[in-house]
Amino acid sequence: MDLLHDLSYFWPAAITSIGGLAAMMAAAFKTDMRWVNAVAVFTALSATVVAASDLVAGHSGLLFSGMVAHGGTAAFGTFVVSLGTLFTLVLSRSYLEKIGHHYAEVYALILFATTGMIVLASATDLVALFVGLETMSVCLYVLAGLVRERKTGIEAALKYFLLGAFSTGFLLYGIALLYGATMSTSLDVIAATTDKGGLYWAGVGLLLVGFLFKVSAVPFHMWTPDVYQGAPTTITGYMATAAKTSAFVAFILVLGRGLQGSVEQWAPVLEIVALLTMIVGNLIALVQHDVKRMLAYSSIAHAGYALVGLTAGTLSGYDGVLFYLFAYTLMNIGAFAVLAYYETADGQERSTLEQFAGLGWQQPALGVALSIFLFSLAGMPPFAGFAGKYQVFAAAIEQGYITLALVGVLTSAAAAFYYIRVMVYLYFKSPEQPVSLPAVDRLYGWTILLLAGLTILFGVMPSLIVNLF
Amino acid sequence: MDLLNLSLYLPLAGLLGIWAVRRNESLVRWVTLLTTVLAFAASLPLLFNFDISRAHELQFLTEGGRFVPDLDISYLVGLDGLSLLLYLLTTFMAPIVVISAWDSVHKHVTGFHSMLLLLQTGSLGVFAAQDAVLFYVFFELSLIPMYFLIGIWGGSGRIAATLKFFVYTLVGSLIMLVALIYTGYDAGHAVNGGVFTSDMRIWTGAEYQIGLVQQTWLFLAFALAFCIKVPLFPFHTWLPFAHTEAPTAGSVVLAAIMLKMGTYGLIRFVLPMFPNASEAFAPLMGTLAVIGIVYGALVAMVQKDVKKLVAYSSVSHLGFVVLGIFAMTTTAVQGAVIQNINHGLSTGALFLLVGMIYDRRHTRMIADFGGIASSMPVFAVMFMVATMASVGLPGLNGFVGEFLILLGSFDSAALGSIWFTVVATTGVILAAVYMLWMVQRVFFGPMTHDENKSLTDLDARETGLLIPIMIFIVWIGVYPSLFTGYSEGHIRHLLEQSKLKAERVLAATETAALPAWARDLYDATEDLAATK
Repeated sequence: MDLLHDLSYFWPAAITSIGGLAAMMAAAFKTDMRWVNAVAVFTALSATVVAASDLVAGHSGLLFSGMVAHGGTAAFGTFVVSLGTLFTLVLSRSYLEKIGHHYAEVYALILFATTGMIVLASATDLVALFVGLETMSVCLYVLAGLVRERKTGIEAALKYFLLGAFSTGFLLYGIALLYGATMSTSLDVIAATTDKGGLYWAGVGLLLVGFLFKVSAVPFHMWTPDVYQGAPTTITGYMATAAKTSAFVAFILVLGRGLQGSVEQWAPVLEIVALLTMIVGNLIALVQHDVKRMLAYSSIAHAGYALVGLTAGTLSGYDGVLFYLFAYTLMNIGAFAVLAYYETADGQERSTLEQFAGLGWQQPALGVALSIFLFSLAGMPPFAGFAGKYQVFAAAIEQGYITLALVGVLTSAAAAFYYIRVMVYLYFKSPEQPVSLPAVDRLYGWTILLLAGLTILFGVMPSLIVNLF
Repeated sequence: MDLLNLSLYLPLAGLLGIWAVRRNESLVRWVTLLTTVLAFAASLPLLFNFDISRAHELQFLTEGGRFVPDLDISYLVGLDGLSLLLYLLTTFMAPIVVISAWDSVHKHVTGFHSMLLLLQTGSLGVFAAQDAVLFYVFFELSLIPMYFLIGIWGGSGRIAATLKFFVYTLVGSLIMLVALIYTGYDAGHAVNGGVFTSDMRIWTGAEYQIGLVQQTWLFLAFALAFCIKVPLFPFHTWLPFAHTEAPTAGSVVLAAIMLKMGTYGLIRFVLPMFPNASEAFAPLMGTLAVIGIVYGALVAMVQKDVKKLVAYSSVSHLGFVVLGIFAMTTTAVQGAVIQNINHGLSTGALFLLVGMIYDRRHTRMIADFGGIASSMPVFAVMFMVATMASVGLPGLNGFVGEFLILLGSFDSAALGSIWFTVVATTGVILAAVYMLWMVQRVFFGPMTHDENKSLTDLDARETGLLIPIMIFIVWIGVYPSLFTGYSEGHIRHLLEQSKLKAERVLAATETAALPAWARDLYDATEDLAATK
């Protein structure tokens, strides 16, 4: 009975795993891929609705003998991950059809990955965390290499797999050492430990390295650009948002729940990493000519901004990061979705800045939406990205990290340059040959507009979601 | 919805409206015009109902809910003597700008008008916002449409110009954001029970005082953002490009409205919040202002392009405004406030006029004209009036502002030297030189180019949109007290308060605890500690 009771608070993960199986079954019996897509979308939608109602209900506690938490941070993480999955699934159909890789397995893998993400984002025990992480990662390795006839696709999958395995090693070693030091893998027990010897600190250090790999912080970011570029665009959006969100939420749980007592030791480390990540991510993004690759580097920079909130090490800092992840999910999936459309609309495979010339006028609504996403990514008000940045910087300033905030805003100004340069091509330059893009799939277009609307809505009224933390 | 919010958000409603009718360009223009006229009409009662005797208090106040639960950041809009006229100037210029673009913008008409309307809400919000974060949001929001206005509808060098404009101003405002958040927490701990607050009534109120060291850094951060926006020498380099490359409508809004956000911010935030730092830095700011006045004038003199000349004249004119602000006397700050309006009207008119001649001849080079007064008499008259206003001819508006600024800065204790006034006065003379010389070369003398013979004079639309501006140029010139009356009470109150605050901060300072540079900067010697 306990199991059923616990499961009733863990529905989103259950739903997505069942949905993954259902997607595979559907593929076996129905050859119409639209049907499979519908099953997957319906699954993600149910998971999102359940996650949202859990979030609103506001209860919290531990499940499965203290392996995972529900409510609070975990519920929010679950909600954002489910939402990101939902949008990815809705957007993926027309994109995957166009690139000729529309398989049922894609949906199964995405849903299984989501299950892993939800476990990861709710884990209060390092073993559960590890299981969630691996479930997610293995699915993502496959998804990254979906376009297998291309070198970039293979490269993405291989690189992701090798470096992912490498970082997992760090994480696992860290978990093992922490277990050695504290005799437990439970975050609450680890938090209660008073005897912090060399073993403990070595464990914490390796754990941090493992996490910094997963959230692609400098200097552990090397895999990100190639993987993000080589993966199919909507999947890239999924990896950059849902996967990153779950890793960050797990990071928050580990830091806030397990290691809050050592905040004075790890905060300076995170401060340096955050500084490096913001500077390096943004500077390299500045010189990119491929928009998808630029967004990959910018996602590194965004990890840096989220790390600013973690560095603060306070409740308002963690809350700021959660909001940031939510905002980032909305605007980044949106941005990748518009890129995916430009890439496949008329078989020209546009991805460099020059190829974007004049596209903003082609489908005005999509151009406006992309502009909104990019301004939001740049942290301009009144979009959600600004509200997110504001909260993490405010948390840092409250804790006296003025330098960190100053570097943060200055790199944001540099970032604004490469974001608005996309609009230079979209609107200010004329294409060499006249282009005319075909109309966008109706559902696809409306989804993008919905994302743009939400980006504005939560920029103007962040309290709508902040109240739920 | 009260009239303030109505006039503030009508442009956004208009934006939706023009997207609904976007297939019909002429309808788009009409809807935009109707929206801006309605917004102006809605803002007029604000002027008439404004209680001048309470000019230093916020009126038409709307207090909305908090944006974030734990922080005291709320929707707070209202107008006082400082912002009222700038608000009205913005609603007043909007229909004029729309009409001015009627025949000259044919590319992406819907997009153009969307940007104008978005820009209007952004600009109005800057002047109406009474919460610092809200102010920041509007401050940044107004950047986005201007970025597109210059980038899409601008001249040949538009892309470099608009990127420079955008990034330059963004850097300033982002640094201000850090200072703003810091101030919010500081004020929260000091006077708001530990809760972050960005309520500007609290920030500028008498109870909240900032220590000398923090004041210095915060002053520098805020002043940098506003001085880039003004722009004050040496941060002016984005302005000539942006102005020259912008379409006429963009130049007009940039000159008439957006530059004012900088000087407005200086008076709104910097003077009342950082009184000691303002006083300590007044000579430096005064020096930069004076350099800007003379430098802008000298560079304007050698320009071959009329639009660029007017752009550099803006640098010069706004130098006066900054000088007036940091003279910190009632007369001078009063002059700065009214000069803000005057510059908006006269430079706005000049940019409109330059745009009209550009539409006809597709050139703005002084050398391509000459003697066109005979073919375009109405145009010449209008141009002369705007020029004279810009030069500061007594009887027109420009004179009032410049005279008050020079008068008020003459015996300014903050500046501490009459040389600021003396050098600034040469700027007035230089202005007469470069403006009149340009007018002479463009309008008089023999007609050397045959194309100019067939120029058509202004039509009814063009004349009609200029006349309202001309009326105010004369009206402010002959009856200035009607306009200065709105802000006078506010300025007097503000300066008195900041003076008191400065004394209190100084009295509360532990001189021994200050770093050496701060002691030098604020003349906080051990003697002072002994005397108190």
